[in-house]
This record gives sequence, C-alpha cells and structure tokens, in this order.
Amino acid sequence: MEEMLTIGLSALAATLRVATPLVFCAMAGLVSERAGVIDIGLEGKMLAAAFTSASVAAVSGSALIALLAAMALATLLGLLHGFACITHRGDQVVSGVAINIIAAGLTAVLGIHWFGRGGQTPDLPVEARFMPVLPVSATDAGAALPLRFLAEVLGGHNLLVYLAFLLVPLVWWLIGSSRFGLRLRAVGENPEVVDTAGISVEWLRYRAVMICGALCGMAGTYLAIAQNAAFTPNMTAGQGFIALAAMIFGKWRAFPALAACLLFGFLDAVAIRLQGVEIAGIGQVPVQLIQALPYILTVILLAGFIGRAVAPKAIGQPYLKER
Amino acid sequence: MSGGGRDLPGWLDAGLLPAVNVLLALFAGGLVVLLIGENPLHALVVLLRGAFGDLTALGYTLYYTTNFILTGLAVAVAFHAGLFNIGGEGQAYIGGLGIGLLLLALDRYLPAILLLPLGLVAAAAFGAAFAFVPAWLQAWRGSHVVITTIMFNFIASALMVYLMVNVLIAPGALNTESRGILPSGHLPQFHTIAAAFGFELPATPLNLSLLWALACCVLVYLYVWRSRWGYALRVVGHAPRAAVYAGIRPQRVTIAAMCISGALAGSVGFNEIAGVHHRLLLDFVAGYGFTGIAVALMGRNNPLGILLAALLFGTLYQGGAELAFEIPAFTREMVTVLQGFVILFSGALAYMNRPWIVRLHARLSPAREAG
Repeated sequence: MEEMLTIGLSALAATLRVATPLVFCAMAGLVSERAGVIDIGLEGKMLAAAFTSASVAAVSGSALIALLAAMALATLLGLLHGFACITHRGDQVVSGVAINIIAAGLTAVLGIHWFGRGGQTPDLPVEARFMPVLPVSATDAGAALPLRFLAEVLGGHNLLVYLAFLLVPLVWWLIGSSRFGLRLRAVGENPEVVDTAGISVEWLRYRAVMICGALCGMAGTYLAIAQNAAFTPNMTAGQGFIALAAMIFGKWRAFPALAACLLFGFLDAVAIRLQGVEIAGIGQVPVQLIQALPYILTVILLAGFIGRAVAPKAIGQPYLKER
Repeated sequence: MSGGGRDLPGWLDAGLLPAVNVLLALFAGGLVVLLIGENPLHALVVLLRGAFGDLTALGYTLYYTTNFILTGLAVAVAFHAGLFNIGGEGQAYIGGLGIGLLLLALDRYLPAILLLPLGLVAAAAFGAAFAFVPAWLQAWRGSHVVITTIMFNFIASALMVYLMVNVLIAPGALNTESRGILPSGHLPQFHTIAAAFGFELPATPLNLSLLWALACCVLVYLYVWRSRWGYALRVVGHAPRAAVYAGIRPQRVTIAAMCISGALAGSVGFNEIAGVHHRLLLDFVAGYGFTGIAVALMGRNNPLGILLAALLFGTLYQGGAELAFEIPAFTREMVTVLQGFVILFSGALAYMNRPWIVRLHARLSPAREAG
C-alpha cells in the first residue's frame, strides 16, 4: 500500500513534468489557431528553440539568456510562418511542414558543426539550467497525505513548470476577456468583420503567430535546459504533435486543453512505469497502446464520437482584402 | 489573381516560376553550406560524383528515386482531390507490414512468380486500408484529413513497435527483426538479373520495383487526366460545389483518392521489404513519406515533374550520404534541410515571386499590354 502510494505520487509529479512542454505548445497553438492560422509547426519551433537554448546556455552560462534567445528564435520562425501564410497567402499546413523539416535538419547540421558529438550540445552545469526552485524536502512516509502531495507532487519543480501552469489562466483571460483576444477570435471566425471595423487582419494574425512562437520557445527551453542538461537531435520526438492533439482535444479552449495535456502527460508517465509489469487479470499492458492513446483519442474526438470539436471558422483560409 | 492582377502565359507560370523557387531553395541550402565553412560548389561536385560517379552510385540513386516516385505520386493524387495526405509515412510503414506478413506466411508454399505480385497487392491493400480510415472520417464525419493522417503516422509507428517486439521478432534474434524471407519472396535486384544475362553490375539495392514505380507514373497520368474518375477527382479538388451539381459524390471521390494515395505510398514496402531488406524490421520508411511532400510540390503534382523531382531527391540522398562520408563537416541531415527549403519555397512561398515575374513580363512585352 505504502509502496503504491509512493509510486502514485511519483507518477503524478512526472505527469506535471511531462505535461509542461505540452502545455506551452498547446497554448501556443491555441493562440495561433484562434486567430485562424493553422500551426503544424509547433514541433519544429520547439525543436529549434531547444537547440538554441542549449547552445546559448553552453556558451553564455546563463539560463535566462538562453530562454530569451530561444524565445526570440522561435518567434522568428513564427514570423516566417506568418510571412508565408499571412503575407503571401501560402498554404498554412505546407508552411508548417516546411518549418518542422528545416528545424529537424538545421539543428542536426549546426549541432554537429559547432559541437561535434553527433549533434549533442555540451552537458550543462547546474548554473546554466533551470533547477528546482525549492529544494525537495524528503517527507517521511508517515506524513499526512495532503502534505506529501504538496511536497512530492507540487513541490520540487523548476520555474518553467510553474510558469506553464500560470500561463493557462493568462491565455484564458487573454483570449476570452481582453480586447485583443476578442479581436483575435473575431479574426479567426470572420476576418471580414474585423477588416470592416478598420482593424488590420494581417497585424492581428502576425501578433498571434509571434506569441505562438515565443511560447514554443519556452517549451523548447524547458526540454533542453530544464528537463534535460543538453540538446540531443530530434529530442522533441513528436511532443509538438501531441500538444496539437491536446489543443484539438481541448476544443481550442485553454482549460480543457490543459486537462488534455495533463491526461496525455499522465498516460506517458504511466506507460513508462507499466513497462513489463504484469497486472492481475489483464496480463502485460502493451506500453505502445498507452503511448498511442493520445493520438487514438484525438482521432475519435475529431470524428465526433465524443462531443464535437469545432475549429475556428476561418481557420486555414488566407485573408484577401478586397480592393 | 494573387500577383499584380495579370495572368501569365503558361510557360512562365508552369516553367519559370517553379524553377525560380527551386533555385531559391538551392541557394538557401548553399548559404547553410557556407555557414558551416564549406565551399558550396565543391560540395555540389562531390555530391554529383557521389550520386552518378559510377554504377554503384547510380544504382543507389535510382533505388532512392523509386521510393520518392511512389510517395510523391501518393501526395499528388490526394492533392488533386483537394486533400493533403501527410500520412504517407504511416501508409508506407503499414504497406511494408502487409507485404512482409504475406511473404512470411506464404514464402514456403508459392513460387516467386505468384508470390511477388501477391505481395505487391498486399502492400498496396494495407497502405490503402490505412488511408481509408482518415478518408472515411474526412468524407463522412468531417474530421480534417491533415490532423488524422498525422495522428495515424504515430499510430502506425506504435503499432509496428508493438508487433515487432511482441509478435514478429524472430526467436532468439538480437535485433527487432523478423526471420529472413525465403528467396522465393525476394524481388530480383538489377545486378542479379544482369548476371543472368552475362553482364556484370556492382551489387546495389536497386530492384524491379523501379519498373513498378515508373508504371505508376503512367497509371497516375491516365487515371487523373484521361479517365472519368480522374475528371471527378479534379472537379472535387477544384470546385467541390460544382462537383455536387455535376452529379459527382465528393465523399466517394475523397475516399477513392485517399485509398489510391495510400496504395501508392504502401508500395514503398514492395521496394524496401521484398526488394532490399528481405525481412520485417523497424523504421525502414526512414522519412520517405515526408520527402514525398517535397517531391510532389516540386513536381507540381504532375507525374513527369514528380519523376524529375524524385530523381533530384534520389541524387540528394545518395550524393548526400557520399558527401557526409567524404567531408566530415557534412551530415546527411543537410539533405533534410534542403528538403525543408524546397517545401518552403516551392510550397508555402510558391507565389512570392509571382508579382515581379508578372511585372517583368509586362515590361518586356509592351505590345500585348497595348493590345
């Protein structure tokens, strides 16, 4: 029993850690897509940011500078996406695919050129990383459950984890209640109306893709210099797509998307812990099935079998101003 | 229209504009080469020698080209119906599973002449079946095919890991590989065919599936441009509402297009499993499905264009491997970068250069403007 509790608490703590990059990326995708710009390129922006943060941290020795650099680079990639699909009205999906592939290639090429070691960046010292804000105090097993939950699940994370979870109410407020958010949603649903009101559709969408980029930058930084101590090629490993799935699963709304991120993070944390474990009556649980569940659930949701996921109305359509 | 409000003559729109885009992509790639302190021209020479320098190199180049023709055609067929199939990677993976299962099941009982065509059918059928689900969901439940095919890529990958690790792994094998397929399930490679006729060719993975890929170019051309079904496909792609008025059922066309697309991607398994690896294994698709997107964009979804673009990417893959081998500063990922640039410039930014080409054309042909 005691052992189960310990495993359970550690799984919950792991859930928060795994969910953090998903939350950043899901919020990033949400801001972009509510403005009508599809973003398949979350994965690529996160990967490029991870590489940037690890490289800058290795050179500068400062985690904060690394974070800013990664956010700047991912914002630039967001601008590239905007340049292609807002200014030149290119296909948003194609542009996202291009950014993913360019990021995967360039991070490997530059990593090997700058650092050797098969594309891995140098291992970072503790000072150049985001480390747990509060030192974990090992609670004794006899402590009350709420106290243990507080210490072992909610405590002991680094700054970016808390930032990610603070971001959700912020995005919720920004999209739902602020003037900017109202216009942003209008631009995603009915850009003609916004244009008629004398507000620039393009500038609004550009701001959305820039915010999206900056948030992907935080996700990548978390992966490379908070959760890990270096960049390894293709370290995002599909998490950008899981975040995309979580955003859709959350029906393009902040708190439901957070719930989906936590669910997918939990599945991942459980999958690792169930590897090779026999469960009475079921036998071995296929880990791959649990890992594929986020994707399967999203497909089922999109098919309208559990509620209806309705995308913003003008999503994917470039806006052509009438002259 | 999007650029300057003037139409361009066909050769500028279909010839010059794509060429300018590809050149821009190559130029951007050259800048990256400069960035890592190498000479782009020298790199190009090494790359071309690595891809065409001798018969071994040529064999490998054409072997890669085979895969790119198939995945490029797969993206193109879906595209003509207005669908973006990003699932080529997963469909190729499952297609390989299909032919692998069939060959492993029947290689003891059937001769090659029966076994290999059956294998091709299995690869295409599995690929098509795996594309059918996203297609059906798009047609009847309105879920976006882009998102579902992305999800299906990951599902394919998880499924293959599960099957390979738990079911198909050969007893006692150190790698996650199935048992080897018996020779009756081996697609003849060009060098063995040549040897039978008394020629000597160096051993390369190039096999008869190249002929299948070339045949697919012709078949796709006949299907899309010379058949009723292809007409329906293009109408649905260009004007879905007009299609309904014309008595075409868009749902059916969507499903047919995606299944054909999946079958084309699935037949990558014909090359990889029956032609090269002769066993089932993990990750044999190695990004060919994604490269198909670049190939289709570059080839403008036209079989001839796709053939040329596939040859270019075959050259880049093989030449890039040679480049990485000869110049230590290079890695194979350089090719990935270039592929990304092609998708960016020939796809997302396809119309960026249109306005100035329109202006240039207007200035150079004043007579027509006056008329």
